[in-house]
Amino acid sequence: MGMTMVEKILADHAGKDKVKAGELVNAKLDLVLGNDITTPVAINEFEKINVDDVFDQDRIAIVPDHFVPNKDIDSAQQVKQLRDFANDKGITNFFELGEMGIEHCLLPEQGLVGPGDIVIGADSHTCTYGALGALATGVGSTDMAAAMATGEAWFKVPETIKFVYNGQLQDWVGGKDLILYTIGDIGVDGALYKSMEFTGEVIDDLSMAHRMTMSNMAIEAGGKCGLIEPDETTLDYVEGRAQRDYKVYKSDEDAEYDQVIEYNVSEIEPQVAYPHLPENTRGISEVEDIRIDQAVIGSCTNGRLEDLRLAAEVLEGQKKADHVRLIVFPGTQEIYKQAMKEGIVETLIDAGAAVSTPTCGPCLGGHMGILAEGERAIATTNRNFVGRMGHPESEVYLSNPAVAAASAIAGEIVSPKEVL
Amino acid sequence: MDIQGKAWKYGSDIDTDVIIPARYLNDSSLEHLAAHCLEDLDEEFVDKMDEGDLIVAEDNFGCGSSREHAPLAIKAAGVSCVIANSFARIFYRNSINIGLPIMECPEAVAGIDEGDEVEVDVETGTITNVTKDEEYQAEPFPEFMQELISTGGLISYVNKTV
Ligand code: SF4
Repeated sequence: MGMTMVEKILADHAGKDKVKAGELVNAKLDLVLGNDITTPVAINEFEKINVDDVFDQDRIAIVPDHFVPNKDIDSAQQVKQLRDFANDKGITNFFELGEMGIEHCLLPEQGLVGPGDIVIGADSHTCTYGALGALATGVGSTDMAAAMATGEAWFKVPETIKFVYNGQLQDWVGGKDLILYTIGDIGVDGALYKSMEFTGEVIDDLSMAHRMTMSNMAIEAGGKCGLIEPDETTLDYVEGRAQRDYKVYKSDEDAEYDQVIEYNVSEIEPQVAYPHLPENTRGISEVEDIRIDQAVIGSCTNGRLEDLRLAAEVLEGQKKADHVRLIVFPGTQEIYKQAMKEGIVETLIDAGAAVSTPTCGPCLGGHMGILAEGERAIATTNRNFVGRMGHPESEVYLSNPAVAAASAIAGEIVSPKEVL
Repeated sequence: MDIQGKAWKYGSDIDTDVIIPARYLNDSSLEHLAAHCLEDLDEEFVDKMDEGDLIVAEDNFGCGSSREHAPLAIKAAGVSCVIANSFARIFYRNSINIGLPIMECPEAVAGIDEGDEVEVDVETGTITNVTKDEEYQAEPFPEFMQELISTGGLISYVNKTV
């Protein structure tokens, strides 16, 4: 019996020839990540461990992104704690304002994650790097603390659900729609404890940005990780960025899967997830009369250059509706710069958008775009839980960037087809 | 480890927000977290429970964000064990890491009623319903996790090995 990708990655990092789903292993880590909310707790735990130094100064990434630029005194204190710790321990990958970006956009861009890596991050959307063929998963602060000291972590080898996407993508349908459709199908605990493997001819043709969007939301189905086998597209992306050696793992033909689920994407239209769970999805043609107050384009799900291009394509020469606040937050400084070069930022501003510096800000209801009671937003983010973007009685609808842009123009949730 | 107490029963998808609401996360001291444990689900929980009592719940316990404050609040409130049909992954991991015993056992969840006196043997995975004189068998923890739990969590464990 062969092994799945995730079994092979874990076996190699645990120094074993073979592992099986359900087994517990102790594995070496290639990178440990934390942000400005989770790292302070991890630092406090780290200080209880009888070591002075971190396991490797180059294999820890600390990214203040949630409340940055510091939104208040408390968040300034938290980032200061991170900065002092990074300085004290000689951590090379601390990203100061001006260099930082949203962690899950930043790390792949900087070549800090590569195929075959094992990455743990004290942030649930660490699973994004599955798009590069890395086993990347979210953990708590104690795991981060122990990992910073030892460079290892324990894992239960997960079973794998294989998703096969075949057919022809409709207009304005991309990675976001595929993953929302999938979560709508299997539910928010449909992949609990499991590894999701995204395969099929449609995935083969997807760009890295769309793939990262899909892997990003594996956690929204309860998944441990969302893996995509590295191919030419992956290697083109990684070449010239990778700061370390990497290794390509592929699942064996005779690997054992918990389940294989096939989708014909020709039938999938742009998706919208209604409040308050990402599984409440429906096709754009079934969305009726949802007037919005705010449209938010960005985040670790859809804050990449391609996402901004899509938004600009829809907004070019158009204006947002008067009653809508349109907020765009690029994932990293590099993306921001590139978007300026391509004229995207100008297009967005001409359409009435406020373009923000990279930050998590509005996505988690932190700052830079909080909703008032009774307000509604369409957002390209990943969670629409109660109160996620502000007041407990506000609402968030999730979509892809083109739908969010079109909705900003129309003032209600519509398909891009209706405004072009 | 000796686990014995009364069972308090809850349903499915108990998320980390109701276990410890975000408005209390400005202070991570254990007394503070314990005082607000499960507040948005069952306002009386902290007052009515006794040290050593257990929580018994259905599917997907602890879903939502990765906040470690959730299992910490439960442990600090004096809960000795959580039994459920299933746990959300990060909650499961965080619980083991901070030394909170948790058991997946649908049989026990079905058999135990609120108020039943329950005993748990973490080593063997045997759950005894003293009130009903019934026994249920959870998959015992692998040796490594048992050691983690009995040493008092991941940090104590790491300290033994570094
Ligand atoms: S953009 Fe949103 S989901 Fe992504 S890391 Fe930031 S807060 Fe989390």
